Amino acid sequence: MADTNGFPGGFSCPIPLASKDTVLLGHGSGGRLSADLLRDLILPAFDNPILGRMDDQAVVSVNGARLAFTTDSFVVQPLFFPGGDIGSLAVNGTVNDLAMGGARPLFLSVAFIIEEGLPMQTLGRVVASLRDAARRVPVEIVTGDTKVVEKGSGDGIFVNTSGIGLVSQGLELSASRARPGDQVLLSGTIGEHGITILAQREGLEFESAIRSDSAPLYSLVAAMLAAGGGFRCFRDPTRGGLSSSLNEIAAQSGVGIELEERAIPLREEVRSACEMLGLDPLYVANEGKLVAIVDPDSAPAVLEAMRRHPLGAGAQIIGAVTGEHPGLVTMRTPLGTTRIVDMLAGDQLPRIC
Amino acid sequence: MKYLDEYRDERIAKALAAEITRKTTRHWVLMEICGGQTHTLMRYGIDELLPGKIEMVHGPGCPVCVTPLETIDKAIEIASRPGTTLVSYGDMLRVPGSRTDLFRVKAGGGDIRVAYSPMESVKIARENPGRQVVFFAVGFETTAPANAMAVWQAKREGLGNFSMLVSHVLVPPAIRTLLSSPRNRVQGFIAPGHVCTVVGYREYEDLVRDFRVPMVVGGFEPIDLLEAISMLVSQLEEGRAEVENQYVRSVSYQGNLPAQRIMAEVFDVCDRKWRGVGSIAASGYRLRPEFADFDADRIFGLEQMTAEEPAECISAEVLQGLKKPFDCPAFGTRCTPLTPLGAPMVSAEGACAAYYQYRRHAASVSGGR
Amino acid sequence: MCLAIPGKIISSEARNGIRSGKVRFGAITREACLDFVPEAKVGDYVMVHVGFAISQVDSAEAERTYQILESMGVLETELAPGDGETPGGAGR
Repeated sequence: MADTNGFPGGFSCPIPLASKDTVLLGHGSGGRLSADLLRDLILPAFDNPILGRMDDQAVVSVNGARLAFTTDSFVVQPLFFPGGDIGSLAVNGTVNDLAMGGARPLFLSVAFIIEEGLPMQTLGRVVASLRDAARRVPVEIVTGDTKVVEKGSGDGIFVNTSGIGLVSQGLELSASRARPGDQVLLSGTIGEHGITILAQREGLEFESAIRSDSAPLYSLVAAMLAAGGGFRCFRDPTRGGLSSSLNEIAAQSGVGIELEERAIPLREEVRSACEMLGLDPLYVANEGKLVAIVDPDSAPAVLEAMRRHPLGAGAQIIGAVTGEHPGLVTMRTPLGTTRIVDMLAGDQLPRIC
Repeated sequence: MKYLDEYRDERIAKALAAEITRKTTRHWVLMEICGGQTHTLMRYGIDELLPGKIEMVHGPGCPVCVTPLETIDKAIEIASRPGTTLVSYGDMLRVPGSRTDLFRVKAGGGDIRVAYSPMESVKIARENPGRQVVFFAVGFETTAPANAMAVWQAKREGLGNFSMLVSHVLVPPAIRTLLSSPRNRVQGFIAPGHVCTVVGYREYEDLVRDFRVPMVVGGFEPIDLLEAISMLVSQLEEGRAEVENQYVRSVSYQGNLPAQRIMAEVFDVCDRKWRGVGSIAASGYRLRPEFADFDADRIFGLEQMTAEEPAECISAEVLQGLKKPFDCPAFGTRCTPLTPLGAPMVSAEGACAAYYQYRRHAASVSGGR
Repeated sequence: MCLAIPGKIISSEARNGIRSGKVRFGAITREACLDFVPEAKVGDYVMVHVGFAISQVDSAEAERTYQILESMGVLETELAPGDGETPGGAGR
């Protein structure tokens, strides 16, 4: 009990609980716990240079063509929500992972893990939604799988989609390519998807309906690529929010990022909900937004191109990459002072304090 | 958002900062009591606006931080029992008990639910007559009326499956303990604005009378805190020691009387142990005998449960404002929000967590303060 | 501690013997218990903590004290126009 831990004066603190003996919800939240799980368990097991780049997609060369390959699993509750459902999320999510690699989506697979007892009508709605979302991109669903598990083993339904897409020659995108001076571009308002899901659970009502922003982003990426060069990387800030994406880029590129809080677009409803629950919108999930690191000369033209596209109408330059404080993301507050935007530890919990 | 946005105005903040700088002639050590106020100071980088002569230290204003180890263990014990549902405010889930925490119990299959309002726990009890529903009633005086209302309503409805694990703490006795310590360095306090909204600030007059230390009841937005600091500095520079109210839009001298009435109906004052500080007389609430049927301590037979508190650790000194989080050798290395050694790192309101999240790189740049 | 935010009462009703109401916080609305603020009416602002209104915002006092702050802010800007320095510098 009297383990002094080498502290002066013989002080000791409660021994830290082993955080690595059980998988926790936080390990799936996209924050630090998830990153640790990848680093400590998963990457070492599979150990290859493509995986090691840890982008949202793997870009591989096959017979001279550059293919992007990605997979994503969808476990959202509730299954249906304003602005989407698990089906449309599953299509858009994987299409977006491909798009973040600059890849035109070509084909998807869909795998279902269904809990025994799920109403057939519910499954029908999910399938129809997958079909409609795929048509909208457009992308073809060419293969899949269906498994059923016993009641109690799943949350109604889990969906996995994997996708392949085609990357143009000469396009090199990676979270490790950001350099000082680069601009940070955000395609629109943040926090809508996460708040929509939370609102269903908390019984929040909004003046104007808040909907998930789930959308396929490839056409926006294509428009941006056509407008200029100097792209370092794209990220879609899903679980863990904008903060996680930017922290990952800062860490992988060994650079700092400085944001301007007043430049970050936010809908009033999202802001109000975050104030009420004590949440920070920087950590709330998005499903139809991207952040792009672009060299400063190309940034103005790219921003213009984004704003001309329906999915980028609210685009802003929200900050810049710096050589200062490598690995850290900081933000200038509305008072002109500076704060750190840290990686989310586990899940963001609503505060009472 | 009205009554929020105006209190984040940059020009007014800078004007208040300039005023504070003009008035400050010597080093003053000030403490904000409430974790929510600490959060604002960190989130808005207020220390960058203050002159170097003003030193802010962070007080024990976090009910999560100060919940005693055995209370966490009791909650864990309850949540581990089959047929039981534990309903809790979010931050409690991560606090380490003697051996585990509520997150891990949840991972292991325990039915633990996060609630925004205590009335949700009453609803869960109503809708699940087959389960024992226990609400983990933590908080300062601010949360006491809401928690009181929950058990009062449960009693009115005759819910036989609802109970509360009560761990309320009261602020003035804690400040008295701080001020009585020979090592106390704090010369002025920002009193917690929402606690005083409920209970008023008469008790703070007793403290000022006994210790001659100025106190200003402060709000939670950047302008509120800057204004409160300015008022404290004026008092200190002029040699005054009074209770003043900065948070006039929410706080009155007598506080909220209907809220106080229900608190008096439901709760009794008792002694309570504060994690990291020790036992403080008359510093907690417990359920009155009329609500014994709703007392989880009694129903689950946990009254005798104790926990072996490890020897005093630096979180005690941080909570008392005697050390800064980055004075701790483990800060940011072995002790992080992910691997917390003590409660002030666990809770988002804890001083260590606030420092870690917002100011850590300043510590490494300046080598601490 | 004590996250409480200001909201405007939009409607109120008695239910299960408790007075509750819809309160608007910016662009969202939520139910809150109004039992602790019996004098607050529709249109008034209240501070809400964990689903309970704990005080009615004293709009007259808020107005009065804010005007003083406002004029400070204006004066400071006029005294030092375009001066990007934050007073106090790095407060260390």
